[in-house]
Amino acid sequence: MRKTLTSNERYRAGVIPYAKMGYWEPDYIPKDTDVLALFRVTPQEGVDPIEAAAAVAGESSTATWTVVWTDRLTACEVYRAKAYRVDEVPNSPGQYFAYIAYDMDLFEEGSIANMTASIIGNVFGFKAIKALRLEDMRIPVAYLKTFQGPATGIVVERERLDKFGRPLLGATIKPKLGLSGKNYGRVVYEALRGGLDFTKDDENINSQPFMRWRERFLFGMEAVNRASAATGEVKGHYFNVTAGTMEDMYERAEFAKELGSIIVMIDLVVGYTAIQSMAKWARRNDMILHLHRAGNSTYARQKNHGMNFRVICKWMRMAGVDHLHAGTVVGKLEGDPLMVRGFYDTLREPRTPARLENGLFFEQDWASLRMVMPVASGGIHAGQMHQLIHYLGEDVILQFGGGTIGHPAGIQAGATANRVAVEAIIQARNEGRDYLKEGPEILERAAKWCSPLRGALETWKDVTFNYESTDTADFVPVATPTY
Amino acid sequence: MRLTQGTFSFLPDLTDQQIASQIEYCIKNGWSIGIEHTDDPHPRNSFWEMWDLPMFELRDPAAILVEINACRKALPNHYIKVNANNPTRGRETVALSFIVNRPKREPGFRLDRQEVSGRAIQYTIHSYAADKPEGERYDGERAESGNGRG
Amino acid sequence: MECLSEAPAAQDEVVDIAVALRESNIQNVLGELDGELIGLLPVKLRIRQIASLLLVERLREQMGLCADAPTLHMCFTGRPGTGKTTVALRMAKILHRLGYVRRGHLVVATRDDLVGQYVGHTAPKTKEILQKATGGVLFIDEAYYLYRAENERDYGQEAIEILLQFMENRRDDLVVILAGYKERMDTFFQSNPGLHSRIAHHIVFPDYSLGELLEIAELMTRQQMYTFDEDSKAAFREYLQLRIGQPHFANARSVRNAIDRIKLRQAVRLVEQGGRIVKQELARIDARDIRQSRVFQGGPDGAAEPSPAKALRVSG
Repeated sequence: MRKTLTSNERYRAGVIPYAKMGYWEPDYIPKDTDVLALFRVTPQEGVDPIEAAAAVAGESSTATWTVVWTDRLTACEVYRAKAYRVDEVPNSPGQYFAYIAYDMDLFEEGSIANMTASIIGNVFGFKAIKALRLEDMRIPVAYLKTFQGPATGIVVERERLDKFGRPLLGATIKPKLGLSGKNYGRVVYEALRGGLDFTKDDENINSQPFMRWRERFLFGMEAVNRASAATGEVKGHYFNVTAGTMEDMYERAEFAKELGSIIVMIDLVVGYTAIQSMAKWARRNDMILHLHRAGNSTYARQKNHGMNFRVICKWMRMAGVDHLHAGTVVGKLEGDPLMVRGFYDTLREPRTPARLENGLFFEQDWASLRMVMPVASGGIHAGQMHQLIHYLGEDVILQFGGGTIGHPAGIQAGATANRVAVEAIIQARNEGRDYLKEGPEILERAAKWCSPLRGALETWKDVTFNYESTDTADFVPVATPTY
Repeated sequence: MRLTQGTFSFLPDLTDQQIASQIEYCIKNGWSIGIEHTDDPHPRNSFWEMWDLPMFELRDPAAILVEINACRKALPNHYIKVNANNPTRGRETVALSFIVNRPKREPGFRLDRQEVSGRAIQYTIHSYAADKPEGERYDGERAESGNGRG
Repeated sequence: MECLSEAPAAQDEVVDIAVALRESNIQNVLGELDGELIGLLPVKLRIRQIASLLLVERLREQMGLCADAPTLHMCFTGRPGTGKTTVALRMAKILHRLGYVRRGHLVVATRDDLVGQYVGHTAPKTKEILQKATGGVLFIDEAYYLYRAENERDYGQEAIEILLQFMENRRDDLVVILAGYKERMDTFFQSNPGLHSRIAHHIVFPDYSLGELLEIAELMTRQQMYTFDEDSKAAFREYLQLRIGQPHFANARSVRNAIDRIKLRQAVRLVEQGGRIVKQELARIDARDIRQSRVFQGGPDGAAEPSPAKALRVSG
């Protein structure tokens, strides 16, 4: 019934089920050079899941709703995406995993915009499908090699900062809006002086009436350099260069470079093309590029519809950002530990095996593309340091916005508390102690000689965020991944 | 001032026992270990002087502690750090780096500002120590931080 | 190692030797030694004695009866192939289990590892070996080659100096075992009394007896899944008797080499023979595989005699 029709019947005018048009090929073995995508499909009632999968394949490649004779002017079998496998989602009646393969020739080299336009540009509104989510992709090595990849990468970033062996620390300047340039710089100075490595513009700080971008950059660099001289360390502030046009973005980035900043930041909402342009600029100008994932929760959070954040992780690594917010597990924002582990591995590992409990459906070789430093930001504080390191590891930026600026004894104290906490836990971990279990005790002991840490622990000791995650694993873990 | 470079600078100076524990961790991970020293701790000074060569295939931290103490004895008023290098593919860089000796007095840095066009400023960090020639940069008194304990 | 207990125990305080022995777990290691090495009875006895001494030293120290730390450096003398390196490895384990060395690993070095070829080359080489061996045992084979009296530009003396300093000042960090032929070690020690005085235990490794060598051969062949039959066993015994008398006989090592050559001849014989054979024929060593050796004609043992062309031609 679902066999692909032979040529005579295939190209007769009219409407044929997608599964017979060549978009369902159960015997197809994906080539190493194919791009693979995994969709979570919820067909409308009465729609056959295989037909739905074939429709997704068709509508994300060459199909249109009726047969067209012009197909025969092309080597159409190459350009048709092939749905080759459909599985029921465990414990979720009505949902199916559809595996689809795309020939590499469908995509322009080195273009995230093209890849996304191809795969998600058309198919999500399709009526026959009630809900659709792009869960994961496998990018072939051949295609990966056409991308620059992260401009700086974890190894080079650490070498530039001369900071090894521990997570890096940052803080977003608070309040989110309203500070003047000088007051803003004051917060930057205090936080960096107290012990943080980075401070950060918030995603919506671009250039507003209360503070234009040039003021922020000038006062910010004064603060960064003062703190650097006071501590002897390399410090940085992520200046947000997001703007209305690409030209404005370049102007702002150039100014940051001129003033000697080591890092700039952009928001996801500037779009994939702008992100790639900025990554190329960053590589050319020896800048670290931080990406805030602004807006992704609009489409990444619901399990049945949208796009899983891990796909964004993959695309952003290809596009070339150096930092990407990827979840904290224990903080105020959404993030199931197993899923977050999947995101972090996607950003940081040279190759990731398929591991269903972490939501990694494909083995992915990153072809020596540099590694992206994940950023954990949102509602975390020094008292959670042992958990943060346990879940997230060492190559991560831990950002304590409120956890620094809200410290009762001041911003420097807040920064010092975080820095002492991270060093103490890392020291204990290296010594072979069970730092997850003994964490509170290790922090208490450090708090005895470090009053800022004492203050932090007292102020936030009862703070936790325990809500059910909206996005969880479909598969049971074999063992809990830890570091 | 206190130079806060290195992984453990915000903690009290490590005792020899604690240093040995960290080195044990490096040995377990298969990293080679080197000792470096300097009298110019500018944050962009990536290349401190090497004390002998990095040590590979070590099994016991005692060998390195002997070298650290020899370095401390020879250069009590220099900054001395331990570096561990991870040679595995995709990493091939320093994995851990921490200070094990400091001069008794750390004068720190001065921030020099050079006004350029508009409101922009060109900044330079200047190490007070570097005002004197190499070899005379820190007081002749013996450093007591860190190396007296353990 | 200083006296660690602040207050010595009372004179009638009880210590359970059997428990201490069990807890130290050295019985295991001594058992392995017995099982793994054939013969070597005087050596095994000596090792047991040393182990007892070290155990009692430990107990005395725990009880507050201190003396100076025991010197642990050793010298193993004997011909090649008599088990010196194997015993050194076991000794490292015993020292580790009794807490005299921290890691218990063994680093094997010869003169070439320690001595350089030009000025300034030796010190870093020796230092590097010593660093690697820190926490364990350093085994220097044919140690007498370190010293070449006749060559005044020889840098071996420098290596010996560095070694001596280390053995004296870093006793907690390293145990040194020197090894080699007895006569040459004696001469070496005469010229280097400093080293001689630091050696606590001299152990002589006698040559294996004929019977012991046969046992070793049986062990080796069994491990490799070959078998002697009555004839070949007798032939091997004759072979050994002749070979022992020949120069450069290296005990167990020579037996191993002989077995390798026997395996080669067996293979050639089977291929020439061709046809279909039962499984045990692949394991059986025939007397012919042994008697082809030139040792029987008074010459050195070499490869199989048949020409290569004949060996590879498969009949049938």
